[in-house]
Amino acid sequence: MAAVAHPVSAEEAPRSQGVWGAAWTRLKTDRVGVVSLAVVAAFLLLILLSAVGLVAGGWQLEKGVPYAHPSFLGERENVEAQATDLAGPKGPPVDISDIDPLAPKYDEWNRRAREIQVSSPPRTETLLFGGDRWGRDVLAKAVKGAQMSIFVGVFAAVVATFIGTLLGAVGGYVGGRVGDFLEWLYNVFTSVPDILLIFAFAAVFGRGISTVVLILGLVGWTGMYRQVRAEYIKHHSREYVRAAQAIGASHLSRMFVHILPNISHVVLVRMSLLVVGFIKAEVILSFLGLGVPIELVSWGTMLAEAQTELVIGKWWQLAAATLFMAVFLTAFSLLTDALRDALDPKLR
Amino acid sequence: MVPTLAGVILLIFFLFKFFGGDPAEILAGQVATQEQIESIRRQLGLDQPWWVQLWIFVKQILTFDFGKSWMTNEQVSSIFASRLPASLTVMVPILILEVSLAIPLAMAVAYFRGTLIDRTIVIVCVLAMSISFLVYVIVGQYLFAFRLGWFPVQGWSDSFWKNLTTYAPLPIILATMVSLAPQTRLYRTFFLDEIGHDYVRTARAKGLDERRIMFTHVLRNAMIPILTNVALLLPGIFTGAFLIEIFFSIPGLGREIYLAVNRSDYPVIQAVTVYLAVLTMIINLTTDVLYKFVDPRVVLR
Repeated sequence: MAAVAHPVSAEEAPRSQGVWGAAWTRLKTDRVGVVSLAVVAAFLLLILLSAVGLVAGGWQLEKGVPYAHPSFLGERENVEAQATDLAGPKGPPVDISDIDPLAPKYDEWNRRAREIQVSSPPRTETLLFGGDRWGRDVLAKAVKGAQMSIFVGVFAAVVATFIGTLLGAVGGYVGGRVGDFLEWLYNVFTSVPDILLIFAFAAVFGRGISTVVLILGLVGWTGMYRQVRAEYIKHHSREYVRAAQAIGASHLSRMFVHILPNISHVVLVRMSLLVVGFIKAEVILSFLGLGVPIELVSWGTMLAEAQTELVIGKWWQLAAATLFMAVFLTAFSLLTDALRDALDPKLR
Repeated sequence: MVPTLAGVILLIFFLFKFFGGDPAEILAGQVATQEQIESIRRQLGLDQPWWVQLWIFVKQILTFDFGKSWMTNEQVSSIFASRLPASLTVMVPILILEVSLAIPLAMAVAYFRGTLIDRTIVIVCVLAMSISFLVYVIVGQYLFAFRLGWFPVQGWSDSFWKNLTTYAPLPIILATMVSLAPQTRLYRTFFLDEIGHDYVRTARAKGLDERRIMFTHVLRNAMIPILTNVALLLPGIFTGAFLIEIFFSIPGLGREIYLAVNRSDYPVIQAVTVYLAVLTMIINLTTDVLYKFVDPRVVLR
């Protein structure tokens, strides 16, 4: 809209700021917003590095002894690690080869076993932030878990936003029978409590990352739909849309080229709220074994392991997952608040 | 209401019909002959066309007869009857506590709006909300039950009173603590919305003291969105804080659904989903009527 400037007045009046430019200016003055933006950006950089394998690539390597202590605690007696490398029974083995039906096979098996190279890398007593039950680095796991959890949260939010915006746009712009049908669909989805809907979807779709993204997206679109629909009803008969109609813009063009950019800030704020909710949901689903499969790591699977570890006093995995999650979600939520304030100056 | 209910039934039916596994194969188990599967299929009416199956499903819902659970052979209706009391024992106190604590807290925060106290509390709330519910329960259970021994780690009995006084307190306290932050934050915005209105300025202008403005004028108006929010929470008390039930081995409805999902026990999942949807609709209808009492301006159509 800012581009419509009269050639004469353009020299006198400075070019007026666009919505996003103005929002950026306001966001910059919000100290909390800037700090949280930096934290979120740092996390995104971290998961990008981890996705290409530069960071935490070897999270599956068993680098330390089981339940290795965090280095900042120093070395301590590690009962669990000692329990795993107990010496065998003492005394000479009893010879039972005359009654052992497998005795003739042993030579062959030993020979074949020797052909296979087994390397057991040296294990360290302590790791930077401790080790889990298999001696894997908890810090690397937390980074990799961040990648998984944030990935699932963001993609699920994208799916929900897509469904919600599309249906909301159609419902609000077209209205009529189609609008009634979509309202009915909305009522159906909201009349079942979210968690039940998630469970029902999980029961039929099975497990896996793409399933979690799909389930969360299919369950979480309703709020977005409602808000986008309200905005479309509001914008539907505004002057700029009428003007677009007058110059011959088609319905589709008016819906997505003219109105959508004007409500994109609402969509963005709602979408960041969804990301926070979905990350929490993913953590809970993975904890329950309905989410990320066991061979991968997310904050939820870490917490699931941490529950039993805590009872025997191994708190670092719980601490690592909680810390990463709390820092990211706090920063993201505060950023969302700051974004909302910056994009909608009337609110305050 | 009826069209919505029809929609829920259709949604659940087609979800399980087209995306779920074959019920006959789930029921027959790993070792089953083709004849056994065929016979189960006939019994369930799976050899019929889909509209006949839909009709069977509708009849099951209307007659409250979902048959037996596939895995435990328990009547689905008796699952409802035996699990619901446990859920309610935990959830009703949670709901009462969190609402009655969040309202004064939110009012206090809204009173200090814009000051350092307000900003700090909001950030603390955000931080508290960013920590997963799981962490609170894991740490709370470990600390208060396992380490300090103030409460039993988990358990449930047949006597309602013993449940409420022995087993329920820790789950109730933990769940209330967790839900307090989001509730306070939400109610704060409700109060702030009201404080910005003209009638508050008028009240100040005519010299009313702050306490009277907050308690008589603002509180009564803010009760409307709060009531809506409580109505939204209400259906949740039947599924319970299912995580709480799983952690503390409380034999409630929420835990039952979770177990049913893990066992692919379709009748239980379907029954719970449909009936809770009905319940939600009834609660929403009741709330609409209740508005009339809270807010005389509301006209029921």
